[in-house]
Amino acid sequence: MSDGSDRIQALIDLMARLPGLGPRSARRAVLHLIKKRGALMRPLAQAMLDVADDARECLVCGNVGTDEICAICRSDKRATGEICVVEDVADLWAMERAGVFRGRYHVLGGTLSALDAVGPDELRIPRLESRIAEDGITEVILALGATVDGQTTAHYISDRLAGREGLSVTSLAQGVPVGGELDYLDDGTIGAALRARRAL
Amino acid sequence: MIEWREEGMVLAVRRHGESDAIVEALTRDHGRHAGVVRGGGGRRLAALMQPGAQLQFAWRARLEDHLGHYAVDAVRSRAGVLADPLALAGLTSVTSLLSFVLPEREAQPGLYEATMTVADLIEHGGHWPLAYLRWEMGLIDRLGFGLDLSRCAVTGSREDLAYVSPRTGRAVSRAGAGGWADRLLPLPLCMLGQGPAVPAEIVAGLRVTGHVLGTRLAPSLGDRPIPAARDRLVARLSRPA
Repeated sequence: MSDGSDRIQALIDLMARLPGLGPRSARRAVLHLIKKRGALMRPLAQAMLDVADDARECLVCGNVGTDEICAICRSDKRATGEICVVEDVADLWAMERAGVFRGRYHVLGGTLSALDAVGPDELRIPRLESRIAEDGITEVILALGATVDGQTTAHYISDRLAGREGLSVTSLAQGVPVGGELDYLDDGTIGAALRARRAL
Repeated sequence: MIEWREEGMVLAVRRHGESDAIVEALTRDHGRHAGVVRGGGGRRLAALMQPGAQLQFAWRARLEDHLGHYAVDAVRSRAGVLADPLALAGLTSVTSLLSFVLPEREAQPGLYEATMTVADLIEHGGHWPLAYLRWEMGLIDRLGFGLDLSRCAVTGSREDLAYVSPRTGRAVSRAGAGGWADRLLPLPLCMLGQGPAVPAEIVAGLRVTGHVLGTRLAPSLGDRPIPAARDRLVARLSRPA
């Protein structure tokens, strides 16, 4: 760097490795942090240290938190008998942001993928099966992506859970998104929406 | 600048950096060919970046041996198979097998046509498993590991062919098999173009082609296991209706 120390450059290089940031935006972010050293940079550094020390995966569902068992799994109010299966923690957080699901979650940690050689053993499918048996689960909602890998995984889990008494396996609907116009949708989405049509 | 434009089917997609993707496609004149799709890892192109999707590819690179960039346009998504577990298993078996076995950048016009036919049959439903079996037979044949089911390897007879030699891939008649029958692979009649192609026969046929893929073709490709997607298809077809 022409006008700064190696330590600042090292910080810029690290910031540039974050998703959504490149070298230029990392430089702007670091400059901003330096200008707001007391109000932003020190609290941010402390918060990052705290989370780096304490962040862990929930032993039950795979959510990320700072306790061994996350708040959702600890809450009795969430013991509705429903488990929503998601691919990743980001999907769990998206569902929570929506605030429409009041049950518990299960994070698979990925999807079956031929290309990346991810098989059932690499995912948390056996743990899901044991949770269903232990927690008196009555419905498993498969909230996996409408992708080839996501739906392959959904069908695979559905097969594994087939025939369990008192358990229903459902999946999220696919179709026209809120605010979507048919003219802009791809043929696959229109087809899925038509197949999932319902009486009004 | 070198460039070409051709329709093809997506075989595999791998994220490249934050927002791009490396897409492997099967085209008629350029075979299995990869290229970078800018924005291919983003939401805008997510529907197109799925194995089995039919796209218009425009490839550009400065030199012939460069990875190059693809500009893509939708032809059709084949997303209808997502809701049908058997069809999805069939389509992913097609794409993952092609990605696994095909050499890069070798024109495969015959295989391309055969693949489009079987992919369209899978997409539109109906009785496609026999077409899939025949496609696999054609695939291993094109790669130099074809079965010879024309006559018995022992007696030369064209009658009563009932087995396939796991070592040579040649047919063996019941009389020719003698006491070796239990060491041979059962040859379903549907592989000879005879009889009804019931699921059990299709599965028996896939065991024969799977044996060739696993013991003869895979070792020639670095001994990687054949894709799990194919195993899932065979497992699904093996289930009672």
